[in-house]
Amino acid sequence: MTAPPPPAIELAAVAKRFGAVQALRGVDLVLHSGEVHALVGENGAGKSTLVKMLAGVHRPDTGTLRVDGQETAFHGPLDARKAGIAVIHQHPTLFPDLDVAENVFMGRQPRDRFGRVDWRGMYREVGRLLGTLGVRIGVRTPVKALSVADQQLVEIAKALSLQARVLVMDEPTASLSAREVERLFAIVRRLRDDGAAILFVSHRLDEIFAISDRITIVRDGAHVLTASASELSTGETIRHMVGRRLEALFPKEDAEIGDAVLSVHGLSRAGHFRDVSFELRRGEILGLFGLVGAGRTEVARVIVGADRADAGEIRMDGRAVRIGSSSAALTHGIAYVPEDRHGQGLVLDFPIAANVTLPILPRLGRFGMLNRNRERAIAGDYAARLQVKAAGLGAAVSSLSGGNQQKVVLAKWLATDPKVLILDEPTRGIDIGTKAEVHRIVSHLATGGMAILLISSELPEVLAMADRVLVMHEGRLTGAFSRAEATQENVMVAATGQAAVAHGVA
Amino acid sequence: MTLLARWEALLVALLVILIGYGTATSDVFFDANNFSFLTSAAMEKAIMALPMTLIIISGEIDLSVASILGLSSATIGVTWDAGFPIWLCIAVALLVGAGAGLINGLLITRLGLPSLVVTLGTLALYRGLASVLLGAEAISDYPAGFRTFGSGKVGGTQIPWSLLVFVALLAGFLVVLHRSWVGRQIYAIGNNSEAARYSAVRVARIKCWLYVASGTLAALAGVVFTARVSSSRADNATGFELDVIAAVLLGGVSIFGGRGTLVGVVLSLAVVATLRNALALNTVSAEVQSISIGALLIVSVLGPNLARRLPRRAIRGGAVAVPEPGTAD
Repeated sequence: MTAPPPPAIELAAVAKRFGAVQALRGVDLVLHSGEVHALVGENGAGKSTLVKMLAGVHRPDTGTLRVDGQETAFHGPLDARKAGIAVIHQHPTLFPDLDVAENVFMGRQPRDRFGRVDWRGMYREVGRLLGTLGVRIGVRTPVKALSVADQQLVEIAKALSLQARVLVMDEPTASLSAREVERLFAIVRRLRDDGAAILFVSHRLDEIFAISDRITIVRDGAHVLTASASELSTGETIRHMVGRRLEALFPKEDAEIGDAVLSVHGLSRAGHFRDVSFELRRGEILGLFGLVGAGRTEVARVIVGADRADAGEIRMDGRAVRIGSSSAALTHGIAYVPEDRHGQGLVLDFPIAANVTLPILPRLGRFGMLNRNRERAIAGDYAARLQVKAAGLGAAVSSLSGGNQQKVVLAKWLATDPKVLILDEPTRGIDIGTKAEVHRIVSHLATGGMAILLISSELPEVLAMADRVLVMHEGRLTGAFSRAEATQENVMVAATGQAAVAHGVA
Repeated sequence: MTLLARWEALLVALLVILIGYGTATSDVFFDANNFSFLTSAAMEKAIMALPMTLIIISGEIDLSVASILGLSSATIGVTWDAGFPIWLCIAVALLVGAGAGLINGLLITRLGLPSLVVTLGTLALYRGLASVLLGAEAISDYPAGFRTFGSGKVGGTQIPWSLLVFVALLAGFLVVLHRSWVGRQIYAIGNNSEAARYSAVRVARIKCWLYVASGTLAALAGVVFTARVSSSRADNATGFELDVIAAVLLGGVSIFGGRGTLVGVVLSLAVVATLRNALALNTVSAEVQSISIGALLIVSVLGPNLARRLPRRAIRGGAVAVPEPGTAD
């Protein structure tokens, strides 16, 4: 009697910390040859970190990695490749101007005995590989002429030519049509039957249940469970993904909710979102939840004039407005705290005071001059209100912690005295203590009559802070819940596109 | 002391050394007459360096300035030849310069084209237009008053008129860049144009105006140049754009935008003009002058980069071009 073969890849109790953020805290993941294994979890649960570990990009701080039962360590992507691991990304990373065969053999073209590239042999081999995948793509087609789906197949062909036995597919279906997904799944099943181990990372639960044999659920960087797909239901999976973590957050204060300040009707932007309508009232915190790529930020960008809408209407205090730039948004009293603090929120080399006053510079003096005393007074006032911890207002914001930088961004927009404040992931990447402070500030602003749109990928944050919760899935609003109705399950069902099913049951 | 302040101190030291070298090696160097010659020869470039400083701080570049200078000179020539009064010729030349700058600005901000490519194109285009206007001929029968503006001195002093023009412009640019909120916005654009755009800074509008200013002042430099050499030729001041950009970079302005001061640029203009003059008085050939200035430029780019690699603590609070609010700078 022989022992069962060891798993193709095994991660045991791996942990990883990035600065203040503990991305993974002891996750187990066992991948067997001949299985499709799904990895699911909310945004920020640790999926990408795990994928990057398998790709050799990140090394675990603690825990072990085994390939075919042998303990090993990847010092870089090359080691992962040598171990037979290939990663297929949502957006294929190919050379657009080179043809299919050149991409498959990039950097390791077959040579003839004179050291010249054996072009004929290369095209023949790539033709054969694509043939085994059962796809019809010209080996001499430039990659940029292919659809995303075909580009992924080129990546898979590349993986096969590298003798990869483990395929990690990171959100491979995110930009595919239903038919393309079917074709991909047929290929994935064939590869599995040929003995490959496949890790399938996705948000789409229906696809996960269609393709996978086993499912591993992660939450907050921790392993929740691994089970056979046939033993789990969609509902159970969602419950395990969200867990129960509503304590430990700042309790929201009750605010008096007034008339609608901002209302949006039928707003659409091709390729991003469609037919979005909602009202935001005085004193209200409206949560906007969705998984990554659901279109939340895109909606905000249109409202603040960073992008154009194709259709729809935006009203402020009942009057239709056209907002073509951030300055226009500011004039109408709309402030947007962007998601990307470093790229969009701050001028890192500028001192705190210069950052805080950047949007209101024209108000800071007469005849175009800068009144530095007023600048200092205003910046000092907001920095004190938000308790920004820094050596002084002259300190460059690059010297501050992430949490304090976020407070500077908040201060900057509060200094514009807005009626509507749109917060995009306001607590991402900041420590727990500052997070609670930000929640206190936001809640306090609402009681003061400000209308707040809170975009967040963190469900507990949305549920704790919001008076109402809107949910988006793939560019559409798929749910609207009052504070009482908004349970983790209800919101997650809408966010994963299961709303229609849920309504059928209800 | 910030990195930039130290750079400016270095430029002052260099200037002192060059003046010492000039005085020691030539009898006529430290002389009011020579000063007058030295400055008036540098004024066209100095005038163009003012808007160029702002453009480079905003993260862009303008390669077409010398061609606009040539176009302005050709415009004056053609209109004067056609019998217009000289003040009208000057006004038309300035308008043509403003229009040339506006075309640059619109191509860059409306079409989103890189300024390097746009102004490389208009460098050739505007120079070509100057040739079309003037052909191979030179126009030089300018009135005495115009020639006096070009080569004459203020009252009984040795101060050239063009230096007064430059000083007045410098005062204006100092206020705009270092005292007004538009100046602050220019630094913000150069540091992080995306964050500036989100902060309600009208990035496109400001950049467009900077190119209009650059075109107008390049045309003004064309007026000064034409008056000084009292001749309009289509190839006037060919290649000046590189000297202007070199002076701005030597002045400590980062080619990547967001950093630098006008004080540094003025010092660097003085250094380059003094170096050229001192070498010329020692009958050093123009080629060797160019080599010296080229070497100086390389050093100026290397210097701050090397300084940045020093341990963090050594440059704490450094590398920030924006003065702290409230401090008297």
